[in-house]
Amino acid sequence: MPINYYIFLAIALFSIGVVGVLTRRNAIIIFMCIELMLNSVNLLLVAFSKMHHLAAGATPTTGIDGQLFVFFIMVVAAAEVSVGLAIIVMMYRNIHSVDVNFLNRLKH
Amino acid sequence: MKNALQLAYLIPLFPLLGFLLNGLGRKYFSKSLIGTIGSGAILASFAVSLWVFFQVKSGNTHVAHYFNFISVGDLKIPFAFQIDQLSSLFLLIITGIGFLIHLYSTAYMHDEKPEHFGRYFAYLNLFVFSMLLLVMGANFVIMFIGWEGVGLCSYLLIGFWFRKEEYNKAASKAFIMNRIGDLAFLIALFWLINKTGTVTFLEVFSAESLSKLSDRDITVITALLFVGATGKSAQIPLYTWLPDAMAGPTPVSALIHAATMVTAGIYMIARSNVLYSMAPAVMTVIAIVGLATALLAATIALKQNDIKKVLAYSTVSQLGYMFLALGTGSYVAAVFHVMTHAFFKALMFLGSGSVIHAMGGEQDIRKMGGLSKYMKITNITFLVGCLAIAGIPGLSGFFSKDEILAGAFATSPVFYAIGLFTALLTAFYMFRLYATTFRGSFRGTHEQEHHLHESPAAMTIPLIVLAVLSIVGGYVGVPEFIAAGAHSLKDFLYPVFEPSYKILQEHHVSHETEWGLTIGSTIAILAVVIYAWTRFSKKPDLAEPQGLGKVLANKWYVDEIYDAVIVKPLNKLGALLNNIVETKVIDGIVNGVGRLVNYGGRQLRWVQSGQVGLYVLLMVLSMIVIFVLQFFFRK
Repeated sequence: MPINYYIFLAIALFSIGVVGVLTRRNAIIIFMCIELMLNSVNLLLVAFSKMHHLAAGATPTTGIDGQLFVFFIMVVAAAEVSVGLAIIVMMYRNIHSVDVNFLNRLKH
Repeated sequence: MKNALQLAYLIPLFPLLGFLLNGLGRKYFSKSLIGTIGSGAILASFAVSLWVFFQVKSGNTHVAHYFNFISVGDLKIPFAFQIDQLSSLFLLIITGIGFLIHLYSTAYMHDEKPEHFGRYFAYLNLFVFSMLLLVMGANFVIMFIGWEGVGLCSYLLIGFWFRKEEYNKAASKAFIMNRIGDLAFLIALFWLINKTGTVTFLEVFSAESLSKLSDRDITVITALLFVGATGKSAQIPLYTWLPDAMAGPTPVSALIHAATMVTAGIYMIARSNVLYSMAPAVMTVIAIVGLATALLAATIALKQNDIKKVLAYSTVSQLGYMFLALGTGSYVAAVFHVMTHAFFKALMFLGSGSVIHAMGGEQDIRKMGGLSKYMKITNITFLVGCLAIAGIPGLSGFFSKDEILAGAFATSPVFYAIGLFTALLTAFYMFRLYATTFRGSFRGTHEQEHHLHESPAAMTIPLIVLAVLSIVGGYVGVPEFIAAGAHSLKDFLYPVFEPSYKILQEHHVSHETEWGLTIGSTIAILAVVIYAWTRFSKKPDLAEPQGLGKVLANKWYVDEIYDAVIVKPLNKLGALLNNIVETKVIDGIVNGVGRLVNYGGRQLRWVQSGQVGLYVLLMVLSMIVIFVLQFFFRK
């Protein structure tokens, strides 16, 4: 399959993520959108990695750096999710809402 | 083996130590200790100077290099002293007369509090130190340090009695006038460095560096240096500070006028004689300025009634003489006159100090008269000084003045005529001063008459020593036409001025002409002296002057003219800058910056809303902008 398809899919996912972050007010949905962006990047990394591997073709290890990166990103994202969700839970307990527009204390 | 003259650093070291000791310990030392330290320091350096002088006389000249003072790129300025005929002679004058003045001061300033007494001696020592640095420096930069040092010390000493507003003004005047000259000196220095890359005397005056200078360079440098000299040595147009410098204690006047400071300009030109000899146009200017100053100051002195003012204008006039000598190429005569003038002018200033001391601070000669009865030593020594400055044959002033006039005659008879006229004026006002002060009958109050007394020994001994020097000091320079080969000063200084003699063609005046000139001028001077003596002994000039006399008494209104032409417009300009430029422009810019930031902050306030969404939006937009720039506008 040509690399273009992967790129277009990744751009679409990323854009959806960005737009979601910008427009939605629900913290959980924003969170999911961020995950979407992360995963679009992961997708790109894997796709390019594969492409390089095929193009180089010489040894089995060429072009696997991208795939290694993806694992790292997944681990970090998982950690981030747990922290983020914990924050959202605390937020809900305190103000009984997950609407980010209530959270304007950064101003002070 | 190292040259023994390497030890010359001791000469300025003693006054520096004296300055530090007296300056720091003035609150703890007794007056006698302060006086001993102050005078002793100068005596010690006088002793070393004598030793140095005899070393030089036996043919040992030396440039004592101590360390590198400034080293930038190719420019190396060493801290070095040049000991040769010229500087060793000046060292003797400065430390010798300086010592007598210090000794005199111990008695003259005895009424001051110990603290001020210490301050006085500290300044005095610093003054001598600066002057020694000026004279000994082996390059223009070290000379400039001393040059500035004497300017500073003159400021401190003229304003010594700082409680009087007027004295502070006189001190500031001296300082500012000197600064004007110093600026020219500095520019000359930079010019010299730019063209030749060195400031060391021996290197600058070498053929190699002179070949790097065009005629225009030499003219500009010498002219600027001369402007510097007019400031320090009180020539037109920067002479007005010197008469006002009388605000300081009288021994200070003696120090400024005789041994130090005012001779700096002459020393500097004598030192750079090679450059000047190569710039004949500047030489002519110097001669004319010197002559004009001599004449102007002499006319002013005719009508002054303050004993110190008369002497001050006489100094300005005599300095004009020295510049005339420099301008006509008779460098030896200029240095000779510096020396003899130092003797008799120090003598007369100290004598006037003795008079003022006896009169309880009175300086107006109209209130004196008949003092010869009360102060025998002061009377005789002062008379010797007057005879010497008038140029009576046999005394020191005769020889040096005659040499200057002979040099002037060789250049132009017009110079000679004006010079002789000035000499007659000098004889006139000096004997007006003498007769009004010491002859006739006493005109002061009864109380003052009761108080009149001869001064203590510490004051009279310097007077006697200086009187003897004023008499015999001229015999080192007996002119050629009286006794061949008797001008030992000329032979002594010959190596210093040798390069100039090669450049300047020697004007020769026959011995018969010189005899004629000398006899003629002597008869004229004697006539003037006798006329002034008899006239002012009988009927002192007490009335308020009228007509031209009033103009002279008011110093040709030069101070008023300067005030109207320079001071007032500068004040106006200052007020303009203060009121308009300062408040509107400078403050406007400063406040404008503040206001701009304030306004900008208020406009951008909405950005910091605390809404996370907005922040993210801005972040994304910024990223897009960066992407666009990166992709489409990258070179």
